[in-house]
Amino acid sequence: MADPEIKSYAPHHESQSPAVTESRTARTVLMIVTFAFLGIFLLLPLIIVFKEAFAKGIEAYTQALGEPDTRSAIRLTLLVAAISVPLNVVFGISAAWAIAKFEFKGKAFLTTLIDLPFSVSPVISGLVYVLLFGAQGLLGAWLKAHGIVILFAVPGIVLATIFVTFPFVARELIPLMQEQGNGDEEAALSLGANGWQAFWYVTLPNVKWGLLYGVLLCNARAMGEFGAVSVVSGHIRGLTNTMPLHVEILYNEYNAAAAFAVASLLAGLALVTLVLKTLLEMRYGAEIAATRGH
Amino acid sequence: MEVRVANVRKEFERFPALHDVSLDIKSGELIALLGPSGSGKTTLLRLIAGLERPTRGKIFFGEEDASQKSIQERNVGFVFQHYALFRHMTVADNIGFGLKVRHGPSRRSAKEIRRRASELLNLVQLSGLEKRYPAQLSGGQRQRVALARAMAIEPAVLLLDEPFGALDAQVRRELRRWLRDIHDATGHTTVFVTHDQEEALELADRVVVMSQGRIEQVGTADEIYDTPNSPFVYGFIGESSSLPVKVEDGQVWIADRPIGLSAPHAPQGEATLFFRPHDVDLVEECNGCIAGTVAASRRVAGTRRVELEIGGERQRVEIELPVDHPAAQKSRVAFRPRRWKLFPAA
Repeated sequence: MADPEIKSYAPHHESQSPAVTESRTARTVLMIVTFAFLGIFLLLPLIIVFKEAFAKGIEAYTQALGEPDTRSAIRLTLLVAAISVPLNVVFGISAAWAIAKFEFKGKAFLTTLIDLPFSVSPVISGLVYVLLFGAQGLLGAWLKAHGIVILFAVPGIVLATIFVTFPFVARELIPLMQEQGNGDEEAALSLGANGWQAFWYVTLPNVKWGLLYGVLLCNARAMGEFGAVSVVSGHIRGLTNTMPLHVEILYNEYNAAAAFAVASLLAGLALVTLVLKTLLEMRYGAEIAATRGH
Repeated sequence: MEVRVANVRKEFERFPALHDVSLDIKSGELIALLGPSGSGKTTLLRLIAGLERPTRGKIFFGEEDASQKSIQERNVGFVFQHYALFRHMTVADNIGFGLKVRHGPSRRSAKEIRRRASELLNLVQLSGLEKRYPAQLSGGQRQRVALARAMAIEPAVLLLDEPFGALDAQVRRELRRWLRDIHDATGHTTVFVTHDQEEALELADRVVVMSQGRIEQVGTADEIYDTPNSPFVYGFIGESSSLPVKVEDGQVWIADRPIGLSAPHAPQGEATLFFRPHDVDLVEECNGCIAGTVAASRRVAGTRRVELEIGGERQRVEIELPVDHPAAQKSRVAFRPRRWKLFPAA
């Protein structure tokens, strides 16, 4: 919400606003520290990634990306994202819908549970799947008897990715849906819409920017996830290596140029995500303001 | 369409919001559900709409039992306090929504829906605003659009939940008159919820006064105002003063003095006397009257409101005098209620 109080204090010119009590020196020091930190820890590495990627020229770069193993890693990453992101959109919308629009026992517990993937180390999430689906695991014998392969194969990678990226969409939608309440849906139902029509014509458009924002973050994480995927993947070249895993393998083989070439793709993805996220925030912020204006 | 609410009870997680409520709404009637917050008026409206299901009891639309029907099947027009307009749709799309989501033979073409939306916009006096979005409208305009949207489906009953609650006083009065005109023109059976008695008494054919999950009284504005049937209604509707009294030998007493009101049919014992501050006669010689010391005197618009302390208990009551009445200058005033009612003390 654009709080008018805060807005009126936000200075649009250089003059010192009444809310700022720190001296000019203090402010300068704080800003320098922040910029220095961001420069050293974020900007510099990003520049180095691209510099190293192109260290041996464009030709070497395209050649590194043309490698069959690399291409397979890119394909696998895209496949994993293409499966896990839509599933998490569905899960996220259902969870947000249940939590925001219904009253039921255990709601607080469910809300906490949704945050679990954020609070647990991704490596642990991966290990859980090994314990569950591995040869010595809980379901291992049964899976083997039925010829189902999950661990060290694409299904395991997808499962681990879904687990790690689950909260993004749900967490984005829950506060938004809670704030909007049931009024619009009730209006749609009273006008004769069935549940599906109410969802499609009313609920979804009301949350579309929030949803897109969640999808974007979910996708970035799905493509970039390392820890959980690393545990369940088995690192089989050309088969179960995603891009982040492939980067590590190449680097460990002292193939820095190729490693950085693949890394540059991931970095590029991060940059695109960042730009889209900023654009969405600008758009989404206006939408929220319009909503509150009601 | 006639609506009959028969012995409806509604509980929210064991907490009763409505106790055994029955109400007959006549076809074409404009009826108000009036009560303080927590009286169950909105719950009753939502039960009629089908947004809630009764814990017990039934709701009939005409002869048909609607209790088990969903809100879609009941075909009601519901107008929400905060409009609930679809913010991403234009005014025309909002109004046409109910027609657009229809299936089967009643489905209309896009052109027909547009024409109907324009017709309704005309009816609510907003022609030309078809392409606007809700955020570009004033509160009063939004509520008109919400009403047009509810009427587009040709509802059996029109239900309005505090329709003017979020608007400022000027717009409220304007919309009140406008809603009455629309009702007279279209003849929809209409139920609206309000906590504003002025709105209810002015607008509705009949008023349903509710308190604590029960219907206290149903009647026309005159009936409700002139013959309240409970202490609650007397106190809630209009101005009122009350005094603890005693009934003995068919006379009303305050402490040990009869006050000149005879109540031959009232039960003996403790009671509460209610009267309207403006419904009093001043008397010179206190020979059977209520006498009190003037505690305060306020000018209220065209009259003077005098607060009196009565008897040893110093009970305070208010009476209304003409502005230039000499009694307002005196330190003691004696009066007798012209119209009054006794309720046995609880």
